[in-house]
Amino acid sequence: MPLYLNEDQQMLHDSAAEFMKGEAPVSHLREFRDKQCKDGFSHALWKQFAEMGFTGILIGEDDGGLGMGHVEAGVVLEQIGRNLTPSPFLTTSVAGVEALNAGGKALRDKYFPGILSGDTVLALAVDEGPKHRPDQISMAATREGNGFKLDGKKQFVVQGGSADTLIVAVRTSGSAGDDKGLTLFAVDANAQGLAKNSVRLVDSAMAAHLEFDGVLVDADAVIGEVDEGDVVLRRLLNAGRSGAAAETLGVGAGAMDITVDYIKGRKQFGALIGSFQALQHRIAHLYSEMEIARATVLKAQQMLDEGSSKAELMVSVAKAKAGKATALSVKEGVQMHGGVGMTDEYDIGLYMKRDRALQEFMGDVNYHTNLVAEMHGY
Amino acid sequence: MMSDLETFRAETAAWLEANCPPEMRQPMVDESDAVWGGRNPTFKPGQKEWLDVMAAKGWTVPDWPKEYGGGGLSRAETKILGQEMARLKCRSPLSSFGIWMLGPALLHFGTEAQKKHFLPPIARGEIRWCQGYSEPGSGSDLASLQTSAVDQGDHFVVNGQKIWTSYADKADWIFCLTRTDKNEKHKGISFMLFDMASEGVTTKPIVLISGQSAFCETFFDDVKVPKEYGEGVSSVVYEVNKGWDVAKYLLGHERSMISGGGSDGATSLGAKFADQYGRDEMGRLDDPMLRAQMAEMDIDVLAFRAMAERFGDTFKAGLCHPAQPNMMKYAGTEINKRRHELIMSAGGSEVLEWESEASNGGLTARSWLRTKANSIEGGTSEVMLNVVSKQILHLPGA
Repeated sequence: MPLYLNEDQQMLHDSAAEFMKGEAPVSHLREFRDKQCKDGFSHALWKQFAEMGFTGILIGEDDGGLGMGHVEAGVVLEQIGRNLTPSPFLTTSVAGVEALNAGGKALRDKYFPGILSGDTVLALAVDEGPKHRPDQISMAATREGNGFKLDGKKQFVVQGGSADTLIVAVRTSGSAGDDKGLTLFAVDANAQGLAKNSVRLVDSAMAAHLEFDGVLVDADAVIGEVDEGDVVLRRLLNAGRSGAAAETLGVGAGAMDITVDYIKGRKQFGALIGSFQALQHRIAHLYSEMEIARATVLKAQQMLDEGSSKAELMVSVAKAKAGKATALSVKEGVQMHGGVGMTDEYDIGLYMKRDRALQEFMGDVNYHTNLVAEMHGY
Repeated sequence: MMSDLETFRAETAAWLEANCPPEMRQPMVDESDAVWGGRNPTFKPGQKEWLDVMAAKGWTVPDWPKEYGGGGLSRAETKILGQEMARLKCRSPLSSFGIWMLGPALLHFGTEAQKKHFLPPIARGEIRWCQGYSEPGSGSDLASLQTSAVDQGDHFVVNGQKIWTSYADKADWIFCLTRTDKNEKHKGISFMLFDMASEGVTTKPIVLISGQSAFCETFFDDVKVPKEYGEGVSSVVYEVNKGWDVAKYLLGHERSMISGGGSDGATSLGAKFADQYGRDEMGRLDDPMLRAQMAEMDIDVLAFRAMAERFGDTFKAGLCHPAQPNMMKYAGTEINKRRHELIMSAGGSEVLEWESEASNGGLTARSWLRTKANSIEGGTSEVMLNVVSKQILHLPGA
């Protein structure tokens, strides 16, 4: 498979680009930020996502979705990143759906129709602290009657306050650090004993701290098998990380484009500042880093779609490389904008904020760099 | 049922297994393991046999047309041959500036007579070529070159000096940029082919900081270059005073070639060095800072490998920006330099040994020093960034 978008993927790219730019450009983010929206995104826009078919992009055709892959999900996410579009697409339609794809037909039948219609939002309750440490999950579920009782805390659950259903990763046996003994549950957000405290993040997205106090769930809320949740979690993480890498790539590319435009128009010392070699070399280097990140992200997605045994390694490489390149893009972007880069009026600062949040989502550069060393056996 | 390509893959693998000598399936240790062919070739065991069977199939240049000594393979078949050779660890049968540089230029700009005359001996490894581009006063500003070729009716007379001519002392022929019009800059240059055995050609190897001397100074003193080497076989490629077009085309090729950042085998530096460096009780490379740098390098190498694949795929499909080779050259060479810094750092004092047998004659240190040229030769990193700024990002001129 050549490492560029095929004709169908290019068409999807064009329609996603047109849609995000038309319906949810940066001004849309500003509007929802300024009205202090409690969910951090527009439910009407989510309905439009559904009409475009985007919400079911990873849902199989037998289940009523588009039956596409990670490459296609990434195509949509890149446009989300470019336009800083606030939406629950990554948590719901990419990572959440991928987890449910590992579950039985009953679960899929229960949740997929609402996702397809743009009524259901999923959130991922994995992290228990400020850093992403899925191998250290300690929140536990114990057997209770026919089902399970969940007790403990989850933190920084993006869209956790507005989600209808939470995908919760907990321990059903063993202890933190063990591979086995995890179980993933689909938990109703209105379940009794679940307390949610939403906080606004730097990029205006909403995250929630969740407290489970004897939350009872049926056995059919288990996604996959009890104690075998690592298999489901791995799918969820691979989808979420490669998706986050694609969105990050869009943020970096968008920031680079507006910066290139800016230095082509700004004059100082009687010359366009884009004619100065001091800026040209830095932005040409940035271009190179972004191109490499783009190839890496696409490679990881193709490998996931092919079911390659090396896909997980490449996903970490992609998350780290896209993270590095985009961090450079937003930092250079603000610096090259000069004083106006510090103002709320200009968009470049919004790109910096979204990048910062995406860096932390499902593991930052350091986390994935360490994983690459571990996967290489050192 | 197998598709045509699957059949081709199976047959290719079987043929390689049957025909590739066992010595040619060992990893190459240093540059002396490369086969360069030419009029006075040197061969180690297995090398000549491997070159001959591959050349007979046209597989030294698998994607060239058969009538010029190539294999006539499609893009997809060429890729499969490369994959199978890599999988079976078959060495490349022939290293050649004729294959990498002159060949593509002739295939693009040459006349039918020139292609028929020059290409088959390149494919068979019979003639070894060198490239005469840079001059002492013309490095990054290559088009300011001064080596003159004066029209004397049925021949040119060439005078001047080239520098950084790779293996000029071992080459049979040279493709050389000469000035045929002193009143023009870019439009006064010609791309000329002549025999290094011609009277008036002398070469002098340059000793580098690595102690090696792959490069030469090359002097031309009233060298007579015939206008034709037979019916229609002009010594000038394309047209007189249009050599810059050929040179630019070739620089694109050269830049994408030099860009092979970290492609020399091992995927993971950390995996390779952890055992000899030492591990902590958790099995980790026991210098946390070095471990972190190794992992960063692993990421950059794997990422660049994906970039190289994408570049190749988009290039072949005509989807790649024409200036993209400049980006590839910049990124690949910078990664390669950093990679060798890290190898030196991991090796410690051991890799400082310069002559010992244990160090293979200081191979690690010499290779490290050699990489410093990567971002200078074929256009400096700074020039590459200039080109990206202007041609891809369309930034204004100073």
